[in-house]
Amino acid sequence: MTNSKLMLALGFALALATPLVARADPPGDPAPVKQDEQGMWVDKNGDPTYKLEADGTVDWNTFSGFRRYNAACIVCHGPDGAGSSYAPALANSLKTMNYAEFFGTVVGGRKDLMNGNDLVMPAFGDNKNVMCYLNDIYVYLRARSTGVVGRGRPDKHAPKSPAFAAAEDKCMGPG
Amino acid sequence: MRKLLLASCFGAAALFTAGYAAANDELAKMAADGKQWVMPAGDFANTRYSQLKQINAENVHKIAPAWTFSTGVLRGHEGAPLVIGDVMYLQAPFPNTVFALDLNNDGKILWKYEPKQDPNVIPVMCCDTVNRGLSFADGKIFLHQADTTLVALDAKTGAVVWSVKDGDPSKGETGTDAPHVFKDKVYIGVSGGEFGVRGWMSAYNIKDGKLAWRAYSEGPDSDLLVDPEKTTALGKPIGKDSSLKTWQGDQWKIGGGDTWGWYSYDPELNLIYYGSGNPSTWNPSQRPGDNKWSMTIWARDADTGMAKWVYQMTPHDEWDYDGVNEMILTDQKIDGKDRKLLTHFDRNGFGYTLDRTDGELLVAQKFDPKVNWATGINMDKASADYGKPIRVAAMSTEKEDVNHKGICPAALGSKDEQPAAYSPETELFYVPTNHVCMDYEPFKVSYTAGQPFVGATLSMYPPAGDSNMGNFIAWDGKTGKIVWSDPEQFSVWSGALATAGGVVFYGTLEGYLKAVDAKTGKELYKFKTPSGIIGNVMTYEHGGRQYVAILSGVGGWAGIGLAAGLTKPTEGLGAVGGYAALSNYTALGGTLTVFALPSD
Repeated sequence: MTNSKLMLALGFALALATPLVARADPPGDPAPVKQDEQGMWVDKNGDPTYKLEADGTVDWNTFSGFRRYNAACIVCHGPDGAGSSYAPALANSLKTMNYAEFFGTVVGGRKDLMNGNDLVMPAFGDNKNVMCYLNDIYVYLRARSTGVVGRGRPDKHAPKSPAFAAAEDKCMGPG
Repeated sequence: MRKLLLASCFGAAALFTAGYAAANDELAKMAADGKQWVMPAGDFANTRYSQLKQINAENVHKIAPAWTFSTGVLRGHEGAPLVIGDVMYLQAPFPNTVFALDLNNDGKILWKYEPKQDPNVIPVMCCDTVNRGLSFADGKIFLHQADTTLVALDAKTGAVVWSVKDGDPSKGETGTDAPHVFKDKVYIGVSGGEFGVRGWMSAYNIKDGKLAWRAYSEGPDSDLLVDPEKTTALGKPIGKDSSLKTWQGDQWKIGGGDTWGWYSYDPELNLIYYGSGNPSTWNPSQRPGDNKWSMTIWARDADTGMAKWVYQMTPHDEWDYDGVNEMILTDQKIDGKDRKLLTHFDRNGFGYTLDRTDGELLVAQKFDPKVNWATGINMDKASADYGKPIRVAAMSTEKEDVNHKGICPAALGSKDEQPAAYSPETELFYVPTNHVCMDYEPFKVSYTAGQPFVGATLSMYPPAGDSNMGNFIAWDGKTGKIVWSDPEQFSVWSGALATAGGVVFYGTLEGYLKAVDAKTGKELYKFKTPSGIIGNVMTYEHGGRQYVAILSGVGGWAGIGLAAGLTKPTEGLGAVGGYAALSNYTALGGTLTVFALPSD
């Protein structure tokens, strides 16, 4: 994602910080309608989405999301968004959770405190490994939620675009 | 026999008034006859062996649940209870409730302690909110809370005697290990290898909770508590700045090497033994060097913390093969000579036997034949690579953004924290193991304090051609050979217990408590408890009856990787059973189940 987009999204998420209790609209039709300047596909609402080619090749963002999910999210949410004994299966959650709600939850965290089964998700807002790839992680999980991407590593993926690489380097910073 | 009589003279009342200075002798005496279970592993040597033999290979098939107890907590339940006199002490995962149960009154709750902890510690625990147990000495019960608070509770009342904060959870530093009491000190380590936490070992005075010493796994010599001339590695002095030289710049400050395993103690040598974990991050190309002293067996003076010797098993880790697993201390003959041995089953798939007096490497062999990241350990004392793994280039994960395939074992290792047992009668180790391989793709990662610092994606699956993801094995530590091996559908994530009755016990992830013949591995009994087992089996005697107790309550790392089943790396392996989800077999819930022979 571009830095400007990241800043925009952050501002958006902060504005959303509290009113996340009520269920928002589901994510809607995932059909890709166009690509942004870095090659990421968006749906008719302008939300990030996946694109699967006829030969099974997934877009770069979906693949990048798979990788980053497996570093930052898997320790609680389990392999392939399939859930663990203590955090929900995101492949299921994203059937009803839209982009804005997803964004707000990742940035700000979430707590469900229940006797003996406290569920706590940390705020990832200052974690570059998550924030620089948040759209990718969303796209990957969206593809998991519709079943378009199965379990495990996607076999074939589109290459990383130079624009994506440049934005990634800028976002992650040196070292 | 004299020892046994002596020990049984000590009633529970006498124990509570025993002086702290004598805590060591006291605990050794209490543990001697096996009637009580006074420390996490049953003894200082970490053998998890009990003298009790009322339950034996002939009659174990008759045992049945005598009583049960729910902890009221749903997360993963590791560890085991203690039994001191007529009271059982039991801990739960976060919020780390401690119960004192009256064995004279059907487990009635004598007292309950529930610390108030900030729930923000929950998501910085990498692999569930587990807690591995309690320790006892000087009339106090010691608990290492998730938020790194070490608390001493009055064993009679549950009142807090003293409390001390050992680390900072906002930086990802958490407590999961059982405190261990040796001499007049209580020892705790730290968890957080996936958060860039630089590991340490802390020793606190039993009496007042004052910090006696703290020794880090990485950094300058003064932090390590080493003597460059006297501390040795494989017989040679480690030299000045032994850790700093093996890191790029300041990377050691976020270098991992955490210490969340089980510790052991040799009273004669006055040395404590433990292992340090993986270097952070999981992307090896980001941290060039041997990354000392991660992945290391440590032998330290119990009084001062000064390191006597070290041995790094996996220099420059590329697979998350933590070295934290327990060190089991035995006295055995090798080549006709009495040796003081230390045996360790490492995550990297090798079973190591060392001389624990000086750290001489005697045996290093694979305890799972499918281990393929190294062909062996270099045993040639003349070689510059003596003691190092002989790596297979194809299994290296050094290249960023490349998916490295077919590495065995997986990151959870051929064995994780689930502790093994040792029987001095059979001279065999009983080892719960994982039988899982992986694909590993590292990529660039950035460090933020208190946030995951991982940098790799993994897929895990059973070895090609196998459908079982675990084995329960008997191991000869003198020769480095598997004597027998019982396949299990899932990883065996429960600690084992060996007994003088010729029976070995362990639990399975589906929830079975199993009893097998110590000589042959033949299954003699099984019972399905309410949830999957990641706790450790223990035994005690009360009112003339032997009991065997196990905590069930699935979770931990097993609850991450296996709850949803492992992924299929390729089509057509045909091992359908092996990929099945653990959630098809068991659900959450912490319960203690206590078994005994029928009373009539």
